Amino acid sequence: MTRRIRIDPVTRLEGHGRIDIRLDEAGNVNRSFFQVPEFKGFEKFCEGRAAEEMPTLTQKICGVCPTAHHIAGVKALDALFAVDPPPAARIIRELMHTAFVFEDHLLHFFYLGGPDILVNGDARKFERNVFGVLQAIGDAVGKRAIQIRKKVRALNALLGGSALYPVCGLPGGVAKPVSRETRTVVSETAAEALAFARDLLPLFHEKGLKNKRFRNMTRSSVFSLLTYYMGLVDEENRINFYDGDLKIVAPDGKTFARFPAEAYLEHLRERVVQGSYMKILYLKALGWKGYREGPENGMYRVGPLARLNAAAGMATPLAQQEYERLYHAVGQKPAHNTLLYHWARLIEVLYAAERMVELAARPELTDPHVRNLPEQAPSSGVGVCEAPRGTLIHHYRTDDRAIVKQLNLVVATQNNAGAIGLSVEKAARALIVKGEVNDTILNMVEMAYRAYDPCLACATH
Amino acid sequence: MSRKPKIAFYWCAGCGGCEESVIDMAEELLSVAEKADIVFWPIALDTRFEDVEALNDGDIDATFINGAIRLDEHVRVVQMLRRKSKRIIAHGTCAHLGGIIGLANLFDSRQLLECACRQVPGMDDPSAPLPETDPGDGQEGPTLAALLPEVKPLDRVVAVDAYIPGCPPTPETMAQAITDVIHGRLPEPGMVFAHRTALCRQCPRLDSKPDKIEITRFRRLYETHWDPEVCFLPQGLLCMGPVTRGGCDARCIRANMPCRGCFGPTERMNDFGSGAMALIASMMAGEDEATLARLVNSIADPTGLIYRYSLAASILGQGPGR
Repeated sequence: MTRRIRIDPVTRLEGHGRIDIRLDEAGNVNRSFFQVPEFKGFEKFCEGRAAEEMPTLTQKICGVCPTAHHIAGVKALDALFAVDPPPAARIIRELMHTAFVFEDHLLHFFYLGGPDILVNGDARKFERNVFGVLQAIGDAVGKRAIQIRKKVRALNALLGGSALYPVCGLPGGVAKPVSRETRTVVSETAAEALAFARDLLPLFHEKGLKNKRFRNMTRSSVFSLLTYYMGLVDEENRINFYDGDLKIVAPDGKTFARFPAEAYLEHLRERVVQGSYMKILYLKALGWKGYREGPENGMYRVGPLARLNAAAGMATPLAQQEYERLYHAVGQKPAHNTLLYHWARLIEVLYAAERMVELAARPELTDPHVRNLPEQAPSSGVGVCEAPRGTLIHHYRTDDRAIVKQLNLVVATQNNAGAIGLSVEKAARALIVKGEVNDTILNMVEMAYRAYDPCLACATH
Repeated sequence: MSRKPKIAFYWCAGCGGCEESVIDMAEELLSVAEKADIVFWPIALDTRFEDVEALNDGDIDATFINGAIRLDEHVRVVQMLRRKSKRIIAHGTCAHLGGIIGLANLFDSRQLLECACRQVPGMDDPSAPLPETDPGDGQEGPTLAALLPEVKPLDRVVAVDAYIPGCPPTPETMAQAITDVIHGRLPEPGMVFAHRTALCRQCPRLDSKPDKIEITRFRRLYETHWDPEVCFLPQGLLCMGPVTRGGCDARCIRANMPCRGCFGPTERMNDFGSGAMALIASMMAGEDEATLARLVNSIADPTGLIYRYSLAASILGQGPGR
């Protein structure tokens, strides 16, 4: 008699998902499915809409990573109208986006994925959550995390209109300049964010990497996948969340491709899968060869660990130190263990805070000239940024009245779709043996996807 | 000792923004968790559908449901939550009015899927089968929730006791609604947690709004600069403030951008789009047909403007299955 195990819904992530595991007669895993039962149809119903509304309209795909959609959207509009933002606007956008990545990564560490590490592994399911985290790390640290997240979100409300949904992005700039008083708030908040990030890494080492159970998992082949990695890099091949070229490295770390976002269709392909509304992306040059790891398959990953793997380093000193520490500990680059996404994410928190401090000090930040008006008729534009969960591409085609005729969105978690499915199946196969299943085992299966911080509303849009 | 109130949060076709509006309560969320049992909240807690099924009917004091009804599965889940809950509160614009995803009702569900699965550039096989919802007997693939013919607001599927508007609602409003429940003050039927009057009343630019507005050409945001201190409307930029319920603290306007109506219609209106059309018509400066036609044509995307958040709740936009 075969058995079926369902985790429904999967929890502590954005969006709807379920895991459906089929056991064979011996009670071992035969197949597993990671299903995403959600679909909105943004690519269709944005047809006919005014192009300038895209940054505020498409960001409603996701209330957890709206700023990333807003930024990719407004950059697509810059390209569509062939207009460059003035220096102040570029800084304001990068500042907003970087501040957003900072606080969104904290959301994952304290509310979503972090409870798997910070709360004792054998904890009952009612304790594996933010409230359990506060008990485990102490109220003082926990409340400081909540406070800094609140302050950084308030900063983005000041810059962009709302803590959640920024509205300030326009082709060629932003709607509102930064005043001198606002710069003071920016500087103070950035300094506080950096102080917090500096204390966060030691906490992760103490509670995470020194925790034998978690450390062993980060070294276990069960959670490891040999794939390609993609991320945005600057001229010196360092991580940047706002701009740069896309770089892809092979499982052995060698550069596989490097290209501007406008060339995405030459490198990436999408396919429909049955049983889910989440499409899978893969590398066009290699093709999709199923849920298999290794250099022959076009499966690739994005997001914090992928960005670290694809880049040569971090653009800020403290993050660079921690970056080196990670690869020293792992002993190789790329690092392939999915649970190292947690560590990589916190290295990015440190980078984001350092970068906020840098951007806050730029003299051009308070320049009142924040917008150039387009002079060319629109036709097509591609915008890219690194969302917290990975590379995000918006592509708009319009008529000459700037009414959208075609929209294509390549959204962070979608890039990871194949790898998420394989990670879950690999963990399930290794952990569910002879029909023995309990809450702790099933949570370890969930840890295999949760480390990616998937956003399933985004992935299906 | 009295029993702790039980509350739950669920999302249908939402974006997670309404969940963030709860998380953005920050420390206040911790005190909510002390005073109430949160029995279901997939974004933050590891409880599953089976745990909710196991509750007695009416066990939950209030369930906050965000997102629109898009899939058959949403109907089943909200019907179950309705049975288990004393009060159901529509949380956020999608549950209240269908939200932005209600714009999908301009198309049928097959068109939506065909676009995403076959027509966007980059698909490897433009003739690939669409995701099957029922793979049929003998197939090993699992079933998949199916799209309904149209997007619906929550109250078209189950009885809703109160509404929290906004995309997203403010954390302050969330805190008030949740605190009310915790203290046993369950909302009165039909209550809306926002102002009764229009956003203009709380707009920082109200003083610059003329009594009579005459627009000779509607301008688009990308083609013009505007005065950041003056009401958008006399500058020829459409702002939905006059027909939108207040309660958002004019957050978009403070960022120097016009209102798009996410808090829905004011108390006196029942259809946002018709109110918005009346507003636009009242401002058009022109008598002859040619002038009026030119004015109308200068509005880039009337549907996406006047029904941006409420098409699914409108009598016009209930989709092909109405």
